[in-house]
This record gives sequence, structure tokens and C-alpha cells, in this order.
Amino acid sequence: MKKYKENLMRIVFLISACISILAVALICIFLFANGIPAMSKIGFFKFLSGTTWNPTADVFGIFPMILGSIYVTAGAILIGVPIGILTAIFMAHFCPKWMYKILKPFINLLAGIPSVVYGFFGLMVIVPTIRNMFGGSGSSMLAASIVLGIMILPTIIGVSEASLKAVPISYYEGSLALGASHERSVFFSVLPAAKSGISASVILGIGRAIGETMAVIMVAGNQAIIPNGILKGLRTLTANIVMEMGYAADLHREALIATGVVLFVFILIINLTFSLIKRRMQN
Amino acid sequence: MKKPNLQSIFLRSIVYLAILLTVSTLLLIIGYILIKGIPHITLDLFSLEYTSENVSLFPAMINTVTMTVLSLLIAAPLGIFSAIYLVEYAKRGNKLVSVIRTTAETLSGIPSIVYGLFGYLLFVAALGWGYSLLAGAFTLSIMILPLIIRTTEEALKSIPDAYREGSFGLGAGKLRTVFRIVLPSAVPGILAGIVLSVGRIVGETAALIYTAGTVAQIPDNLMSSGRTLSIHLYALWVEGLNANQAYATAVVLLVIVIFLNAFSAYIAKWISKGKTHG
Repeated sequence: MKKYKENLMRIVFLISACISILAVALICIFLFANGIPAMSKIGFFKFLSGTTWNPTADVFGIFPMILGSIYVTAGAILIGVPIGILTAIFMAHFCPKWMYKILKPFINLLAGIPSVVYGFFGLMVIVPTIRNMFGGSGSSMLAASIVLGIMILPTIIGVSEASLKAVPISYYEGSLALGASHERSVFFSVLPAAKSGISASVILGIGRAIGETMAVIMVAGNQAIIPNGILKGLRTLTANIVMEMGYAADLHREALIATGVVLFVFILIINLTFSLIKRRMQN
Repeated sequence: MKKPNLQSIFLRSIVYLAILLTVSTLLLIIGYILIKGIPHITLDLFSLEYTSENVSLFPAMINTVTMTVLSLLIAAPLGIFSAIYLVEYAKRGNKLVSVIRTTAETLSGIPSIVYGLFGYLLFVAALGWGYSLLAGAFTLSIMILPLIIRTTEEALKSIPDAYREGSFGLGAGKLRTVFRIVLPSAVPGILAGIVLSVGRIVGETAALIYTAGTVAQIPDNLMSSGRTLSIHLYALWVEGLNANQAYATAVVLLVIVIFLNAFSAYIAKWISKGKTHG
């Protein structure tokens, strides 16, 4: 009887563990099965490189949205990465212990704030500021990049800080012993040694930025045209799905799912790069 | 003590500038929303009925709680059992384990809108549940699964082997050891993972719009649509009429998130205390 229970539970645990595999398989199957037919109907190349998105005329080209996603992600990296890495350096090597105890939970909070709240803040503060300073509507690539740059900060800070702390203290001490100052030792001896961990944090940040939906929708303007200037509006892949899924039908709906497939493939590539870097770090 | 040179001063100042920027941004976000929102928190916002004159957020709060409980009911046992298999049962170098790890990692990188699309295609459309709390909860439970697996795994791994050996030595079987000895000692770590998951559920929007839908009332049952607080905030923006109520909603969301964060910090402290004493 006891043996029977042991075996039964072992199987229950095993099945639970396999749910992740099942989930990934189902996600792939459902997305691809619903998205690929649309792509072939529209024409795979026409879908990816078409510059016009006009659902009423059955013209579906998502090139503007691909560019939009790439642009805002690049902007977010430009803003978030330098600040994030420098903040991580502060947390790892410049922060007094008492201050660390206050700052760490504070930065964790940054990761916990919901994306709609970031979007709402962007809408109420960043967009009007841009409107007043540079004219235009304010809902723009710049606004989206700033909001996303803030949102990826905790990811960059957390992973970079951990990899800075993982560098053996002897690197730092050796540099000090050679007469370098504290700052020089941290920047030119510890920081290069943490290179791969920091690049992993950047890739995670890219993944977050490209997949972010709600915050971007609220500040980016969402025009489905090729973005032309950082003060102009743009639409990302994620925004495209949420904006139109509510009323889309037939081929339009399938084209939106195909947009999701493109996004999904982007993310898979980013994840793969991330795990390759992580594996290299472990070796 | 060497005289600081220009380069060192420069490096030190950019580091200080960065932390100043990070902290002031966070303070600005929290401060701005609290200052703008708190005056608009009125008793009317907590009335049971949502009407177009009084955009009460109370139904959304109830839905958020329902959604959280449902998602956790599905994901927590699955995630904890997965972790038990990975840590306690699987043999080292098992092929299946590396596949499970890879898929769990993949799941944690998928953006919420992709979960939303998937949930819509599977639960809403293919299974014919329509926009419903249940479809939303199933979607979210897949989303938080990798988080629960990872935190539980870490918690289980941190239990010293001596506990298990002691239990085996007294004649307990594997199952008894796991449930009576290992799991109870891992409770704080598992709880920390659950709290993190609650934070994700409360803040989620993109995965819910097309699974749980946006109906602003307290639903009669789990098969009807209902919006959570985050969706409520988004919907208020889409309607574009009630900025003050949107501020108030953002305050409520922020307060919940701050509370959850404080709670998880408290648990973390509890864990580290346990380590120094035992």
C-alpha cells in the first residue's frame, strides 16, 4: 500500500513537471497553426516587408511595426543601459551598507510596478513634457523609449549587480595594490571581468522592452506608418495586436495572430542568445 | 592616501549621477501618482456597482482577488510539484530535466501579450469558454508557472541534505520525507515566490484583455467576463473620460504593489534569520 502511494506520487510529480513542456508545445502549436496560414495567404515576404497596414483594404504589411519595435527597444537600451549599469556599479562597489539596505528594496519596487502604471505615468508626465518642450503631440518614439528605459532599469541593475559581485575580490585588490584608485579598480579591473553577465542583463532588457505592451500603447501614438523621427508616433508589434484584436475578423484577425508569431520568433531568438551567453559564463 | 585625479572624480560622479537618476525617477513616479491620486479616492469608488456616472473600482478589486486566488490554485500545486520532481526525484544528468528547465526558461521569457493571444486562441476560442475569469486564470497560471518552479527549486535546494538523511535514517519513506521534512522547511522560500507571482497577476494587463475581457461588474460566475484593477486603469484610459478616477486606481495598484514588496522583503529577512540560527 505504501509502495503504491510512493509510486503514484512520483508519477504525479513527473506529470506536473512535464506541464511546462506541454505549455510551450501548446503555445507553439496554437500560434503557428493560426498565424502561418495567414502569412502564406498574404505572402510571407509581403507580410514581413510590406510597408502598408490597411486592414479595411486587406493590405497587411507589418514592416512599420517591426521597425517600430526595433526603434523603441534601441531607444530604451540607449537610455536604460548606461544608467542601469552605472547604478549597478554603485550598488556593488560604492554603496555604504546602511544605504544599501534602503536602496535595494526601493529598486526592487521599480520591478514590481505594473506596466499600466508606468504607461499612465508616461501619459500624464512624460508625454506632456515632450509636447511642451518640442511641440507635436508628445506621444512619440522618444516618450516610449523613456518609459521603456525606466522599465528595464531593474532588470539591468539586478543582473549586472549580481555579476559584478561574482567577480573575485582579488581582481579589485590586485588593481589597488598596483596603485590604482578605487574608481579605476572598479571600472578597469572589475567591470571588464563582469562583461558577460552585463551583456546577459542587456539581452534580458531587450527581451523585456520588445515584449512590453501596455506602457508602450499608452505613450507611443500607435500610427501604423514607418516611423520618421523620434518626436513622431509609431506602433510596435505588441501594440498592433492589442489595438485591433478586439474587433478584427477573418484574415485581419489571422494577420494579427501572425504578428504575434513574428514577435514570438523575435523573443525565441533573444532567449536563445541569452542562454548561450549564460552557458558560456558557466564554463 | 593618493590625491584623487580627474579621471577618478569623473568616474565617481557619473556613478553618483546614475543612482541619483534612478532614485529620483522612482520617487517621481510614486510621488506624482500618490499626490494626484489620493485626493480622488472617495467612498463612491468603492461602491458595489459600476455605472457610467460612478466608475467604481470595487468590482475590479473583487475580480483581481478572484483572479489571483484562481491562478494560484492552478499554478501553485503544479509549480511546487514540478520543483519537487526536479530537485528531489530526478536523477542528475537526466535528459528530461534539461528539457523541462529549458522550457520553463522559455516560458519565463515570453511576453504577456503572447500569453494573451495564446489564451485567447486556446481557452476563449478553441475550448469555447468565451471571455471569462476562468480563461484569464488559466492563461495567467501558465505565465506564473516558471516563477513558482524557479523559486521553489531554490528553496528546496537550500535545505541541507542532513535533513533528508536524518528522515531516511529514522525510517521515513521518500514521500514522507518530502512532505513532512523538506517542504515545511522550504515554506518561506516558496511563499516568497508566491508573493512575487501575486505581484505579477495584479499588474498584468496584456494577457487578460482578450482572455478575461473588460466587463466592469462583479461577475455571477467564473465563466463570465470581469476586469481586474490593471485592466480597469487601461480601460479608463481608452475611454479617456475619467482621469481623476484613473489616478485613484493607479494609487490603489501602487499601494498593493508596495505592500507585496514589503511583505516579500519581510519573508527574505525571515529566511536569512533562519539560516543564521539553524
